[in-house]
Parts: sequence; structure tokens; C-alpha cells
Amino acid sequence: MKERGFKLDWLLLPCLGSIAVLLLWWLSSNTWSKELPDPMKTWNSSKIYVLEPFAKRGELDQGILRFTVLSLSLVLKGYVIALILGTPLGFCIGLSKTFAKAFDPLCQVLRPVSPLAWLPLGMVLFLGAGKNASELAAVFTIAICSMWPTVLNTAAGVRAIPQDYLNVAKVLKLSRSQTLRKVLLPAALPYMFTGFRLSLGIAWLVIVAAEMLTGRPGVGGFLWQEYNALIYEHIILCILTIGIVGFVLDRLMSLVENRLKFA
Amino acid sequence: MSDYLELSDLGKSYETPGGGASIVVKDFNLKVKRGEFVSLIGHSGCGKSTVLSMVAGLNPQTSGGIILAGKEVVGPGPDRGVVFQSPCLLPWMTAYHNVALGVDQVFYTASKEERRQIVEYYLSVVGLEESMHKRPSELSQGMRQRVGIARAFALAPKMLLLDEPFGMLDTLTRYELQQVLLSLWGRDQRTALLVTHDVDEAIFLSDRVVMMTDGPEAEVGDIMEVPFTRPRSRKEIMASPLYDRLRAHLIEFLEVHAHKKGREKAKGCVPKHPLPENNESHSPLTLQLK
Repeated sequence: MKERGFKLDWLLLPCLGSIAVLLLWWLSSNTWSKELPDPMKTWNSSKIYVLEPFAKRGELDQGILRFTVLSLSLVLKGYVIALILGTPLGFCIGLSKTFAKAFDPLCQVLRPVSPLAWLPLGMVLFLGAGKNASELAAVFTIAICSMWPTVLNTAAGVRAIPQDYLNVAKVLKLSRSQTLRKVLLPAALPYMFTGFRLSLGIAWLVIVAAEMLTGRPGVGGFLWQEYNALIYEHIILCILTIGIVGFVLDRLMSLVENRLKFA
Repeated sequence: MSDYLELSDLGKSYETPGGGASIVVKDFNLKVKRGEFVSLIGHSGCGKSTVLSMVAGLNPQTSGGIILAGKEVVGPGPDRGVVFQSPCLLPWMTAYHNVALGVDQVFYTASKEERRQIVEYYLSVVGLEESMHKRPSELSQGMRQRVGIARAFALAPKMLLLDEPFGMLDTLTRYELQQVLLSLWGRDQRTALLVTHDVDEAIFLSDRVVMMTDGPEAEVGDIMEVPFTRPRSRKEIMASPLYDRLRAHLIEFLEVHAHKKGREKAKGCVPKHPLPENNESHSPLTLQLK
């Protein structure tokens, strides 16, 4: 009995919800928004991308998973840079009041700036890089936009370390690097990972903007190109892909995150 | 080599926002002999834990000095094994690694095998032979405190500092751990300073019980010798008529000082739990064993 209740909640209800949205979509495309392709038309037009996910027919005409991999590799570059810069910055802000006073306001000011605003700056920054300029600008934008949750959560995690743990380190006279490795880092790790997860979400969010504006091949670039080519079905395909990939990334990260929690 | 630990005119005060100073502990004097077990007893908030954390070096004193084994104590260090009220284990490490963290630090010249033996020895002495590779979350409160005790002893410290180590445990577990503590203490001949508010615990464990007056401006009120021979058995001690007299003495002291707080308020210091003004005069502490 309980088993069935479980399945109803986790399988049937999401299906019902999706069907409701599909219905609404179908209704909309047949009534007030004639330009919007209906679900059937979208599938017919997109199936070549989904059924041959790794095909490459042209620079901006590739299978959807191939696009996803391209986008993910770009996101990964920016994300890794964000973590490499953000984690130590967060540690410094969390450990030193002076450092926090100097940089915390700056973080708060830069945090809400949209990727669309950073990208042109990135282009200007890497103007001298020639052919690679657009990739570097995209990586820069992803890094600087996705860094903040890591910075702020790491700082919060370091501040939240109980005095007890620090006392243990003091009583044992651990050296600075030992205190960092054996006490501070493990103690702040759960918070840090929450930051890492949020950062990854943002990094993935930024990819579309970055690819749109730089015209790089990838899910976002494809979306923009198909909009310009008036093939609206593919926009919906891209949106769904971005959503699903983002969801999977978040799930994977929270799996790791939950393993780090110690109760 | 008569006085191993010497606290002279030890004091701790904090500056208050108004520019004044709130004095927690004032002119605290105490001498502890080598191998002696001394308890500090007093009401909660009287500053006894402050004294202990000053000796531990975690909370620097504002006046006076601490000398341990002929050297002045400056800052914390592994020569004083501290057992905190909550076990303070690092939750991402197993019991074994929690103890090993300190042992590796103190015995860095010893071989890996020797260090492993030290850690395992102390963990089995406190009764954790079976569970030394479990994390704190898998251990009961009492078992965690056992790890805390093992960690303190494994450092081979000059002195043990225990800050209400059994306060969070149920009576049975507390009795058991007091026994564990005593047998380890007896075996290693450590000097120990225990902070407690449990009268029976103080009598059972200590050679001397130091009664502290209530803060602010807490100081040594009275010192009572506990002449029972060691090793002690709880049953025999509790059956002895002397036990009741010692106990009555401690309780009388503590009761008298429960009414002292009103007087402190008149001095301009604000106690944590202000009581109504009370003009009853108090003779200096001259309670003696009858």
C-alpha cells in the first residue's frame, strides 16, 4: 500500500503536471499565439537532433548532446576558475575581519551584475587575444558570475566553525597549514559545497547568454541562431535541454553534498 | 618541587562598553602539588571555568601569573590536556584519528607504529577497543567523552584540565567515567584540575576541593581537604560518616554564596541573574571542618 503511494507521488504526479503544461502549450499555440509551434510540430522538427545526438552536420547544426558537451566544456573552464579564485577569497573573508571589511561590500556590489553586462567587458579585456577572444570572454563571464555563491558560502562556512574546534587546534598547537587542512577545511566543507552547487547552477545559467552573444556553437548559440532563422521549434528544444542538463547537474552536486554532511 | 602549578593573583576582567571594567575573577591564588587532584567548585557562572581556561591558555588573564612545572604559562599548548564539557571531537574523523591528531603532534619523533600503539592503548583503556574506528556521530554521548578523556591522557600532558567533563551525562555513565578517569589518573600520576558543580563528584575525585565565591570578582573562598585514601571505592566513601560532614560543608558554603549576589550588585557590578537587594552581612569565609 505504501509502495503504491510512493510511486503515485514521485512518478505519476510529475507526469500529470507535465501533461497539464503540454495541454496549455498546445492550447496556446492553437489560439492566441499562432507563431508558437505546438508540441507535435516541435517534436517532428527536433527529433533529428534528439535521435542523432552526436551528429555533426555543420558548425551550428549538430546533435543536441554534442552541443551540450561543447557548452559543458566551456562552463567547466569558467567554473573551475571560479572555484580556484572564489574558495581562497571566501576563506580570507571568513577568517579575517579586516579582509571582510575590505572586500565584502565589493562582493555584494558585483554579485547582482548580470552576465549580459560582464560579457562586453570580457570582450574588451581579451580584445588582443584575436581568434580566442570570444572564448576567453565567455569563460571570464562564467567565472565572474558564478564565483559569488562560492565566495559567500565559504566565508559563511568558515565563520560558522564552532570555537570548540578551533580550541582543539589551539590546545594541540597545530601549525597554520595543519589547522587549515585538518580543521578549517573539513569543518567548512559542507557550506563550501553548497556554494559550489549554487555556483554550478549559475555557471550553467550564464552559458546561454555567453554563447548567444559570442555566436559560439553550443546549446545557447544554437538557440540564438535558430531564433534568427525563424525555426522556433528548436528554441523550445534548447530550453528543454538546458533545463534538463541544469537539473541533472544540480542533482549530481547535491548527491556529493549530502555525502559530506556529518551529523 | 612542592608546588607544581601555581596561580598567583590571577585575574580576568572585561572592558564594558561604558568604559568601566567588569571583573570576573579577582586575585585568585592556588597552589597545586604534583600528582594532586584538585577540584574547583562554585555556582554556575562564578568564573571557575574562566580560571580553567586561563590555565589552559585559551583565555589570557588580565592580571597575575600562572606557573606550571617551573615555567610561566603563555598561550595554549599540548602540555595541558584539556577535557571540555562537550567532547569537542572533530566529527569528520574517527575516534582513532581524533586521538591520533594530538599524538602525532606531541610525539612527532616517535615512529608511526609507536604512535599507533599510544592511540590504541588509551582508547582501549577508556573502553573503546571495539569502537575506535567509528565516527563521533556513531558514538553515544558517554563514549564521545571517553574519547575526549583518551585524547587528553594520550598527550602525556604535565597536567589535566577538566571543564565539567561529565556535566552532560546521565548518573550511571557519569559514575562509570569518573572511575575511568580515576584509574587513568592513578596510573599515570598526572596533576589534575577539575571544574565541577557536583558536590559528590568533587569529593569522590579530589584530594582538595577549592570553593569559589560567586562572581563577579570571584576568588578562592575556602579550601577543603578530602582525606580519603586511594584507591577509593565509591561505596566505602559514601558509607563513611566523614563523607556526610565533607558534603555538608560544601553545600553550606554553596548555599551561603547563593545569597551573596545581591551584595555584588551594590558594588556596581551587574550579576547575570540579579537578585533583590540583601543587606545581610557576611563574615569572611571561615567555615571550618568541625
